[in-house]
Amino acid sequence: MSIMEYNGGSVIAMVGKDCVAIASDLRLGNQALGISSNFQKIFPMTNRIFLGLPGLATDVTTLKETFRYRVNMFTIKEEREIEPETFAHLVSSTLYERRFGPWFIEPVMAGLQKTHDGGYKPYIAATDLIGCLNFAKDFVVAGTASTKLFGVAEGLWEPDLEPEDLFETISQTLLNAVDRDAYSGWGAEVYVLTKDKVIKRTLKGRMD
Amino acid sequence: MATADGGAYSYSLTVFSPSGKLVQIEHALAAVSSGTTSLGIKASNGIVIATEKKSSSILIDDSMIDKVSVICPNIGIVYSGMGPDFRILVAKARKSAQAYWKIYGEYPSTRILTQEIANIMQQATQSGGVRPYGVSLLVAGWDITRGPSLYQVDPSGSFWAWKASAIGKNMVNAKTFLEKRYNDDISLEDAIHTALLTLKEGFEGHMTEKTIEIGVVTVPSEADLAAGKIEGTGRVKPTFRKLTEEEVRDYLAM
Repeated sequence: MSIMEYNGGSVIAMVGKDCVAIASDLRLGNQALGISSNFQKIFPMTNRIFLGLPGLATDVTTLKETFRYRVNMFTIKEEREIEPETFAHLVSSTLYERRFGPWFIEPVMAGLQKTHDGGYKPYIAATDLIGCLNFAKDFVVAGTASTKLFGVAEGLWEPDLEPEDLFETISQTLLNAVDRDAYSGWGAEVYVLTKDKVIKRTLKGRMD
Repeated sequence: MATADGGAYSYSLTVFSPSGKLVQIEHALAAVSSGTTSLGIKASNGIVIATEKKSSSILIDDSMIDKVSVICPNIGIVYSGMGPDFRILVAKARKSAQAYWKIYGEYPSTRILTQEIANIMQQATQSGGVRPYGVSLLVAGWDITRGPSLYQVDPSGSFWAWKASAIGKNMVNAKTFLEKRYNDDISLEDAIHTALLTLKEGFEGHMTEKTIEIGVVTVPSEADLAAGKIEGTGRVKPTFRKLTEEEVRDYLAM
């Protein structure tokens, strides 16, 4: 049994047309025993950046606080909000600091990056547990159901999906992938980010 | 440190005088004021920083002297005061910029780097066994948040932003000269000319491309910003550069 599978859980992020979506399941378990169907794994870092943390639950809680601290220090010192690309590098260097005793988390990020002409560009990224960055253009996945998420996402994703369609696509991807994984599921939530608002929806899924 | 507690190096050499002054900093400022003049001018589309390169003997190979220094692709600095202290600060500033890059994947903004340098200079006024740095710096850089910015940092560690400033031997006259000639819409070309005229005012000796150094910050064009990194390299296009001797000669001839 691997430590990454001890608590279970999965996260996915997808790019749409001028929008991004990030979704996760809500299960927290102690190996096969399910404990909570309400364990949050996605956290807002700024109004425009969301961070998903699948993996060991204690590290989920610790890292969420660590990143909150580092982002707050950045915002105060630089007098500006951190951009998604900069935040991704911050995540990468934070994880690599623990190269030889790593955090058991594989972070997934979704956000809207400011462009030089004042617009916003969708941005997603993921890293492995020691900070190797993955700047995919379509979708990124992590967690115990990651292999299943790859499969379904590859089949369902297409470029330039509108926010409502992106929501449907990411929801179906997540629900069907976690149904094939014993350690993920027990509820799901989805965040869709556009330049004016963030919509959080809780999905009704199989509770087995 | 001979002993574990620091011994004779455990207390600061910079202590308050009864009038509330830090005399060491006053003396450091005196060292700055006796140094060669440097100046910086912020234009609407860039910044120019310049200094005299005064050698004490004609036998000195002044092509090896580096008074205007690059810290990272978007920031350069010039100084007035003690050369060796400047060298140390340049090394520390470069290291600080790289440390920032290692965490965030991008170079620091001018203000952030200036704060770092200022902190280093302040530490030398409140640490055991060290003296303050005998330089004032003019830090010029461009970043996407604030555009072009020019900061002055003093031996005390205090820093503030300028539209145009001069430091060193001739600073009073130079600043008066700049006050008359500066306006908010000055272009970079005009700023370079004004900088040269200002330097010439207090120049002892013959002003040629070999006796002055000029650094320039240019604002990236729309095309540069849209492109982001340079094709194939993943690196950002530098916004700070030193003018070559040929370019300086051309400006002097105009």
